Amino acid sequence: MNDKSNNLLEMRGITKYFPGVVANSDVDFDVRYGEVHTLLGENGAGKSTLVKILFGLYQADKGDLLLRGEKMEISSPSDAISSRIGMIHQHFMLVPTLTVAENVALGMPSTRRPLTDLDKASKKISEISEEHGLAVDPSEIVEHLSVGERQRVEIIKALYRDAELLVLDEPTAVLTPKEVDDLFVILRRMADNGRGLIFISHKLREVMSLSDRITVLRNGQVVGATTPDQTSREELAQMMVGRAVRLTPDLPPNEVKESRLSLNNVSVKNDSGTLAVDNVSLEVRAGEILGIAGVSGNGQREIAEAIAGLRPIEPNGLIEINGSNVSDTNTRSRRDQGLGFIPEERVPDGAIPEFTVGENLILVDHETDNFVSRGLFSFDKISEHSSQLVSDFNVKTPSVNTPTSSLSGGNIQKVILARELSASPSVLLACQPTRGVDIGAAEYIHNRLIEQRELGTATLLISEDLDEVLGLSDRVAVMYEGKVIAVVSGEDAEREKVGLLMAGITEAVDA
Amino acid sequence: MNDFFTSSVLVATAASAIRLATPYLLASLGETIGQRSGVLNLGVDGVMLLSAFFSYWTVLQTGNLWLAVVVALAVGVIMGVLYGIITVFFEATQGISGIGIFIFGLGFSDLMFRQQVGTPKPVQRLPRVDIPVLADIPYIGEPLFQRSLLTYLAFALVPLTFLLLNKTTFGLNIRSVGENPQAADSLGVSVERTRFAAILIGNTLAGLAGAALVLQLGIFQPNLTQGMGFIAVALVYFGAWRPLGVMGGALLYGLVNATVLQWKSLGIIPVSISDLAGMAPAIVTIGALILLARRVNAPAALTKPFSRH
Repeated sequence: MNDKSNNLLEMRGITKYFPGVVANSDVDFDVRYGEVHTLLGENGAGKSTLVKILFGLYQADKGDLLLRGEKMEISSPSDAISSRIGMIHQHFMLVPTLTVAENVALGMPSTRRPLTDLDKASKKISEISEEHGLAVDPSEIVEHLSVGERQRVEIIKALYRDAELLVLDEPTAVLTPKEVDDLFVILRRMADNGRGLIFISHKLREVMSLSDRITVLRNGQVVGATTPDQTSREELAQMMVGRAVRLTPDLPPNEVKESRLSLNNVSVKNDSGTLAVDNVSLEVRAGEILGIAGVSGNGQREIAEAIAGLRPIEPNGLIEINGSNVSDTNTRSRRDQGLGFIPEERVPDGAIPEFTVGENLILVDHETDNFVSRGLFSFDKISEHSSQLVSDFNVKTPSVNTPTSSLSGGNIQKVILARELSASPSVLLACQPTRGVDIGAAEYIHNRLIEQRELGTATLLISEDLDEVLGLSDRVAVMYEGKVIAVVSGEDAEREKVGLLMAGITEAVDA
Repeated sequence: MNDFFTSSVLVATAASAIRLATPYLLASLGETIGQRSGVLNLGVDGVMLLSAFFSYWTVLQTGNLWLAVVVALAVGVIMGVLYGIITVFFEATQGISGIGIFIFGLGFSDLMFRQQVGTPKPVQRLPRVDIPVLADIPYIGEPLFQRSLLTYLAFALVPLTFLLLNKTTFGLNIRSVGENPQAADSLGVSVERTRFAAILIGNTLAGLAGAALVLQLGIFQPNLTQGMGFIAVALVYFGAWRPLGVMGGALLYGLVNATVLQWKSLGIIPVSISDLAGMAPAIVTIGALILLARRVNAPAALTKPFSRH
């Protein structure tokens, strides 16, 4: 039965409609015993919809689902679990206030009904941990665990339910490169033991390294199926987007001039009052992009908010924009000094979703004489200005009066980019500028950032996408536990080296 | 003041504190279970008023106290089903719909009272049940072991609620749907059923609280609770969503209440400000809430309706 040529799962002609959209259109997809089959596609290509149908979270409008050769109806997650399907969701499905054992035992029948049987659960968790190399303490409370450990708990949850078909929805999004490598070893071993794995990702490098087979979705349809040895990252990207894309931007040589943004001994506390940024000094000069690499949660968010004026810095620290001390000033006066800011959260920090595209485009300058006459908005000027920006920045929107919330993530990001760049910033703070946007929009945003660099803007780029940081930066600063533990020049920034630094390992790098 | 610090007055004050704490404790324990599942019920006071009226009316008609308690439980169940449908299945905003339940309870109990009773008539009260041997212990026997069955039940429910929440699979389901309903759903735990059951238990205990209140007093009047249900909700926050903490809050509230009553009758508080002194329990509770606030987080999904899409 566990013959590698047999299909564990077969989905035939799956079609799913949402109001106004066809999320899946006649999709065929299968998984064999003992393989990792990747579902690749842009946001909104229909990957998540397909696996949610498999897991009983959505119902397909058309199509058949065969599990181990038999036709199945899966109408809820409990049906899926009892059919030995396990799902590792993109956002951890853990209850932070409960222990590991409680999280794992949740929803499972207990032998001591109505009481829970956590001792037995803990024992089984330890066995699974040992067998699969998933070290975790069953009695620990989940909120005290690291991200990597939480990921392991998710996998244990599925194995505890004896899952034979495992769906992993973008499982690497929050892991360090080292953690990703470890995870892949575990996943490969699980496949070798005869399980079938569905790996969902848009990170081409990971897809190439882990997959046995790859199926590419675009606009809800299967556009191709291939294997890593028959394809390349470039070809996969082309299949995803539907046209040729340049994955790594070319950084032309550029003249670096005076210092525009400088941080001196800046320390910042996070919401719970602990030090998130610990005595950081950095300088960003005109005509360069300084990238900050790091696993999320190592102080990047806090340092960005401190520079933007959204979070106070500790006394003794100093932030200067174009030579003037802005440490204690508000966001408005920092913008007046020439700061442009692309916040990490597109919505609601970067744009107000209920506002129209035009309103979001003037949000920073809406009080200036450009748009106001005699205390009232001049709508002609606003619509002229915003129409110009919409066409300059290729924003796909029916009109400038369309509510921003109806735009795709990539287009909302372009609206924000248009607003910030139209002010000709001398310092640009760009946080996760392409997170969750499709490859085409990401390419466009990258080109715009490079264009700013040529215009002499000093850009501080903060991103969790290591390829983005390495591809765009003249210098790379690595943040670990609130400190900048290394600054390396763009040419010297190799993936492996920066990856080790992101995990806090400096020894190997010094040598 | 010296009159107060005599053993007989102190014992009587303690006894009255525990008696006064009983309805608060019942209602707060119920609300704790509901809130741990992620559902805020601001309608507790309305449910208490309805159950208080109907159990009072039952005693008036039949003279049967235990039938009155059963009626109160039934009122709680009915209101629980109603509130469950509104909040779980229609995913209504909990704050607003709870206030709706309160206003309904206030109005309907008032209407029924005026139509069916008119002028308040006293009825028989819950009998005192002395626990053999323990009731004779000096000082603590009277306040602790010469109480009504509903008081014993209320305090017995403290460890039972603790066990329910922390040691049973149902309790694990309750806590998980209150913290991260998506996670519970992904493991096949029915968020709807769990919350509905928690709401049902909570409202049933609110119904019991109404019975305890009216049957301890032996009389009903419009708006008998005067906001006790809202205090019960506040006590859940005070007790940090833990049965023992909630009991502490109910006892503190009962004690301040009893002390004020005792001081009034002893003349320690002058008549001219005695109404003002009635605010003392609320002020003490608010003060304690401010001091204790933010040490413990509320259930993360509290007041958030759940749906898959």
